Amino acid sequence: MAHIPDGVLSFPVLAGGAALAVGGVALGLRRMDEAEIPKTAILASTFFVASLVAVPVGPSSVHLLLSGLMGLVLGLRAIPAVFVGLLLQAVLFGFGGITSLGVDLVDIAFPGVAAALIARPALARAQGWRVGALGAAVAAAGVAGTAACVSLALALSSADYVPSLRVIALTYIPLALAEAALTGGVVAYLKRVKPEALGLAEEAAA
Amino acid sequence: MATEALFCCDEAQARPWLDRLDARARIVAALAIVLCAVAIRSPWVLLAGAPLLLGFALACGLRGGEILARLAHAEGFLLVLLLMLPLTVPGPAWATLGPLEFSRPGVERAVMILLRVNLSALAVLTLLAGLEPSRFGHALARLGVPEKLAHLLLFAARWTELVRQEARRLHDAMRARAFRASTSAHSWRTLGHFTGQLLLRALERAERVDEAMRCRGFSGRFALVSDERFRARDLVFLAGLGCVLLGGLLADRAA
Repeated sequence: MAHIPDGVLSFPVLAGGAALAVGGVALGLRRMDEAEIPKTAILASTFFVASLVAVPVGPSSVHLLLSGLMGLVLGLRAIPAVFVGLLLQAVLFGFGGITSLGVDLVDIAFPGVAAALIARPALARAQGWRVGALGAAVAAAGVAGTAACVSLALALSSADYVPSLRVIALTYIPLALAEAALTGGVVAYLKRVKPEALGLAEEAAA
Repeated sequence: MATEALFCCDEAQARPWLDRLDARARIVAALAIVLCAVAIRSPWVLLAGAPLLLGFALACGLRGGEILARLAHAEGFLLVLLLMLPLTVPGPAWATLGPLEFSRPGVERAVMILLRVNLSALAVLTLLAGLEPSRFGHALARLGVPEKLAHLLLFAARWTELVRQEARRLHDAMRARAFRASTSAHSWRTLGHFTGQLLLRALERAERVDEAMRCRGFSGRFALVSDERFRARDLVFLAGLGCVLLGGLLADRAA
């Protein structure tokens, strides 16, 4: 959905995306203690598998990005985790490209992680139905951010793409709906069953 | 629910003589081809490159059906772009279909994108898709990717199959209770619980793995052992490819 293949974007956009991605991955790696590598990797493969699940929306179905949820569970470590997922997808399944990996990482991981980091303090205080609603809001904001970043990358690459952007943006609406509904469910479930999974206990201890 | 098509292509296919090359040479080669496909501006040079790459792919042991299946997979938004570009880019008409007018520059843009996307995908499919994730991770580490990142990739590739089996078990349990995914609040909540449960089990597995690794003295570093060597045939392969790509770039300058 948000995987831009090789050969669509212009060189400056690819280079800019790669530079931002390197910075993001470096930041995430610095936050990742070496002993945390196995845990982060297991979560990365879990998100990878969960994003293969086709969620029905009306007559068609979508594959989720789960970037908001990853941000909530992994924090900044979500950036290298998403990168690994994208790399495996690009190489093994041919989704997305290898020169566009940087742009794809910025498009997919950055908005979700940012939304999650902003929402985390509120989530720690939230009770009842607000927990699910916050989770849904984080997911929807992540998808909206992804749509905005993809549009920006295309618009900066070539003015010829601009008229198509409105149609492309429309395709993100079902994704945002499904993503919000599902993430809301997951966050409410995790907060009830295992709040540490959302990093809430960790935050309190730190 | 989970796309079966994705479940059955996880085994890396052997590429008889390509597998004798150093994995690093394959990564560098794939990157070089994709970069050239993006950089070349002349459609004729790209068109000339297509049969070369296709011939190389077939010589490496890829089957035609396999290639078609991979190239036919297009992202939704790529279809939008290919359809919209001929209609929206201003310029002299190339063809008209009722009220629709396909402009010449628009068609040219769409053809260029189609060529670049397919050439790049074919290069990745040929050179990288057959590489086992463990060899790929080791090669990346030896190419200078940070060790933490290489470890993350190796561990993630190792666990993806296990998590998949876990997901399949959960999915079977849901199906046994007559769950069918549809567009409904119940369905979405259930899928939310499914994802949450998958995450919980992964976290518990992560704790067990962490303890087991500590028992064996894991301190955050794994020795990356690989017996791959950069040999003369890798040099010949890369030099040959370099000549072809350089020729392409020069022809593009001249065109």
